[in-house]
Amino acid sequence: MSARDEVLARVRRAKGPREVAPVPREYRAAGTRGPGDLELFAERLRDYHALVRVVAADEVASAVAGALRDRRAHHVVTAPGVPPGWTAGWVAGDATGREAQGPTGPVGPAGPTGPTAEGPELSDPAGRITSRVPLGGDAREALPAGRDQAGAHPPIGDVREVRRVGGGDAWAVLREVVEAADAVVTACHVAVAETGTIVLDHDAADQGPRLLTLVPDYHLVVVRADQVVAGVPDAVAALAGVLTQTWISGPSATSDIELERVEGVHGPRTLEVVITR
Amino acid sequence: MTTFLGMPAGGGNLTGEPFPKAAREALGNAQLRRNLAKATSTIRAKRANVVGELPDWAQLRAAGAAIKDEVLADLDEHLVRFEEALTSRGTRVHWARDAEEANRIVCDLVRATGTREVIKVKSMATVEIGVNEALAGIGVHAVETDLAELIVQLGDDRSSHILVPAIHRNRAEIREVFRRGMPGVDPGLTDDPRALAEAARKHLRQKFMTVDVAISGANFAVAETGSLVVVESEGNGRMCLTLPRTLISVVGIEKLVPSWRDLEVFLQLLPRSSTGERMNPYTSVWTGPTEGQTSHVVLVDNGRTATLADPDGRAALRCIRCSACLNSCPVYERTGGHAYGSTYPGPIGAVLSPQLTGVDRNPTLPFASSLCGVCYDVCPVAIDIPSMLVHLRERVVSAKRTTPESTAMRALAWAMSDARRWRRLLGLGRFGRVASRHVPLPGWSTARDLPEPPKETFRDWWGSR
Repeated sequence: MSARDEVLARVRRAKGPREVAPVPREYRAAGTRGPGDLELFAERLRDYHALVRVVAADEVASAVAGALRDRRAHHVVTAPGVPPGWTAGWVAGDATGREAQGPTGPVGPAGPTGPTAEGPELSDPAGRITSRVPLGGDAREALPAGRDQAGAHPPIGDVREVRRVGGGDAWAVLREVVEAADAVVTACHVAVAETGTIVLDHDAADQGPRLLTLVPDYHLVVVRADQVVAGVPDAVAALAGVLTQTWISGPSATSDIELERVEGVHGPRTLEVVITR
Repeated sequence: MTTFLGMPAGGGNLTGEPFPKAAREALGNAQLRRNLAKATSTIRAKRANVVGELPDWAQLRAAGAAIKDEVLADLDEHLVRFEEALTSRGTRVHWARDAEEANRIVCDLVRATGTREVIKVKSMATVEIGVNEALAGIGVHAVETDLAELIVQLGDDRSSHILVPAIHRNRAEIREVFRRGMPGVDPGLTDDPRALAEAARKHLRQKFMTVDVAISGANFAVAETGSLVVVESEGNGRMCLTLPRTLISVVGIEKLVPSWRDLEVFLQLLPRSSTGERMNPYTSVWTGPTEGQTSHVVLVDNGRTATLADPDGRAALRCIRCSACLNSCPVYERTGGHAYGSTYPGPIGAVLSPQLTGVDRNPTLPFASSLCGVCYDVCPVAIDIPSMLVHLRERVVSAKRTTPESTAMRALAWAMSDARRWRRLLGLGRFGRVASRHVPLPGWSTARDLPEPPKETFRDWWGSR
């Protein structure tokens, strides 16, 4: 008998007559608690030492730009479906007033100015990532004198795209770009007020594959007010059918040494959340 | 007494020295007791705090218990459904009757990749079956990536807690473990937990970026969808689940939940019971192979069907490995986890381990408890551990045939069943007063104080009024 058949036969012999009452679901179920409380959500995030900015819907670009500037981020990657407006603020809102120039197109293994990466996967539009990397020396020289030296702002970025689905070369290229990034910007699928949790759907274009939000040390998430639900059951309901998910509640942490909490072990050491009212 | 159907028992790291012997050694270690008392009292307070925040905790607990019972009642159907869901997505599903077979499957899969090193997500099932030792046997090094598991591994030590395997080590000891066991570590490393965690981060990052095969467990497996769930804090789980091209997940057959919706209960019960947080930092869900990976799931019995066969013991399979019972147990707090000799220590270990291995291979564990009942109170899936301990003690005693204790108890039962006999026996109490000072009762009086019979019984006193 195969192991499968034997284990199943053992289960059938062991389980005996079925005498189980229906599951009592008298807890606070999905949809019973109204919308998520934004104040509570922000408070719970701060409890985890996440950074929080609550802004009006039309202030996302300036909030993102401000956050990236405060972070002094140089290499920023974003999920491909992130609205261009979000990160446009980082460039356009720079005190220099300059728009990004540089080439726009897929990043190859040759680096920021390299040609389109090899590999058929790269042309698959399903897995695109927009990557902002700093301009080379020429662009820096073009900055108005004083700005760059003062170090008040990170270098102006240009927009690049990397695409990946599947393994092989595309995966290696993506890893290279993501490993070089020091910040990542994504949207989210749903957020839970009661627990301060943000959930990513990795099949959604504006959230990107798992690697994207895993390796850079700083993760900036934009959460719309209508994405914030009250409790865990509401989030589970909203995530039915979502194949690949990451639930994030504050930055990576360990309590393995004398149960003293230390943040930033492997994942991003800093989580910042822009909540739009 | 229930009839047992002779289901094969499990093997692997589930037995050790007899509890009374191992516990005595542990009790002599003052450092260990200090470390444990500090850690468990901290986590108990955190848990009580966040559990108290939820007005529907009792209802969630009742639902959690009922969902797990539902899984167990139709476990064969849920397993088949889970397998179908996974297979249709392209994950290869393997079945293992016991630890040895599970290890053979994992070793074959790892060997086929040609790697000399694998990275591991913290997983109780893989510790239970001893997969690291099995891999070492074929020349493959398994790197534990959870900080506490890494401390245990580098220190050539054993885990002593389900959630915090290195709970018995303090910061100074951990620094020594790192200095001796971590290649290239800064010799000036301090014992500041942040510095220690940073050293581990550097050490492991290189592994994450280069090792191409990962082994994980799963906290939950959704039969309806084929989704697997890993609940963690550090992000090492995400690294292992995402970066390598081959992912092998070892899953005990009791880890199933029927439907996606059921996670709404367990994702509330587990983090609050386990680390005392409203939510753990990271939970990963994946359904079939993702992002170009090859994925395998190994479903493991290893004594779980034997546990299922006992209607009075099967509720131990509800366990979601939160470790709240360990943190609350006065016995665990004094002896630590090693004394239990099994991958599963503490109150849940005292009922789970003997059932997985058969009581004959773990006869002392059901007695490793004072039956105070706190473990039942804090259990998020309402496992009545005290009643189960009593039930298992009965199984141990009946399996041992006749002992002086069972003979004495039988004689006592015979005397107490008849008023006249009992009266006469009480009269002998006066003789007992003398005898108890002179006659030792080994096996009974080693762990108990023998009360001195009174000069006058209540019956005598009442009769003389």
